[in-house]
Amino acid sequence: MHWTHYLLPLLKGAELTAIIGLASTALGAVLAFAAGIARVEGGRLLSWLALIYIEVFRGTSLLVQLFWLYYALPLIGISFDPVTTGIAGLALNIGAYGAEVVRGALEAVAPQQREAARALNFGWSHTLLRICLPQAIVEMMPSFGNLAVQNLKDTSLVSLISISDLTFRAQSLRNVTQDSVTIYTMTLIGYFAMALVMMAAMRWLEIAVRRGPAFPRSAHG
Amino acid sequence: MIYGFAWDTSSAAAFAWSILPILGIGLIVTLEATAAGFVIAMLLGLVLALLRRSRLRAIAWPTAAAIEFIRDTPLLVQLFFLYYVLPVYGITLPAFVTGAIALGVQYSAYTSEVYRAGLDAVPKGQWEAAVALNLSRVRTYTTIIVPQAIPRVLPALGNYLVSMLKETPVLSVVTVVDMVSLANMIGDRTFEYLVPLSLVGLIFLILTLLCSAGIHLLERALPKSGIALQ
Repeated sequence: MHWTHYLLPLLKGAELTAIIGLASTALGAVLAFAAGIARVEGGRLLSWLALIYIEVFRGTSLLVQLFWLYYALPLIGISFDPVTTGIAGLALNIGAYGAEVVRGALEAVAPQQREAARALNFGWSHTLLRICLPQAIVEMMPSFGNLAVQNLKDTSLVSLISISDLTFRAQSLRNVTQDSVTIYTMTLIGYFAMALVMMAAMRWLEIAVRRGPAFPRSAHG
Repeated sequence: MIYGFAWDTSSAAAFAWSILPILGIGLIVTLEATAAGFVIAMLLGLVLALLRRSRLRAIAWPTAAAIEFIRDTPLLVQLFFLYYVLPVYGITLPAFVTGAIALGVQYSAYTSEVYRAGLDAVPKGQWEAAVALNLSRVRTYTTIIVPQAIPRVLPALGNYLVSMLKETPVLSVVTVVDMVSLANMIGDRTFEYLVPLSLVGLIFLILTLLCSAGIHLLERALPKSGIALQ
């Protein structure tokens, strides 16, 4: 078969890959900030909970986590559709890695900044949102860019929990046509193209964060 | 029953205990794949890093593009590619070897960057001093640059070893019978996935925590000034 015949099914798969990639990256970012801030700013209990979350999801393999959510969780009465499970699994995993980035960047904020905020009688949330995070987020962006690409690559694993993403479509096409060379070359190029777009987007976001509201002109604006 | 070990599903604890020897056999495969992949990644990464540093652009640029392509595409698809495409060209390898090569190739892109960063981090004055002393290129590398790069490179390589360990379950899709595929097999036969998969997760957690502690110790033990190779 001519390679153009593979284009439509592969594009359909790529669409789902893009959706899952974007959704899990966004959800992962939320988890990363929540757990990262809890590690640095939370009390003893919150900090410990965040540590357990981070270590468990960084320490066990992503594929094991996906299988666990997909096969094991329904046995104790909790089940979602595969796409939700896939997004949740990827987000929990990448969120744990992101949390370490958030923690590192927050801890790298010069202690004088907090002291100055305290001297100015800023409250806890004010100090965090107006002083620490705006400076830390600039430092986080390059690592977030790497993690976003990592997550995009990791989406290929959801094909193993029966989601018809790009990898899954490639597998099904190969099973029918046996045309491995063309199909997998196209698939690899597809992932590479998506990664390039993702990198460009993250680069744009990095620049926007660097010059944007990171350093508010007026503290009460 | 797998590998001659029967399971006991009377209770969760008994079940976990009875499948431990089966998972242990899978663990050996997991560790073997990690070791084999890591050796390939370290050697191939070195080759890529040196080609990347070549003064000839016709060599350096395509190498840089290849590293970028390998790094930005999923291991799973690269694995399928090798597994199904190599036989088309008459190269038939056992699944384990294909898997180790796929792991090694993917991580060689990472290790090449580690080597590059390690070499680049050596202060420029060291290179200049070597030139001033009229040392040959080989001697500059072996006695001046590489010894100073080692303390930066080793911990980073260790981190990639841990990531690689966590990615080996992917090999199960090309019929490598590792810990995760054994856990799934037990699940398929007993309709009880919770215990085997949780146990596999726990084993991975213990392994990665041990490895991280080891890397931390290594990082502290390595002299910052470098390690003489002579």
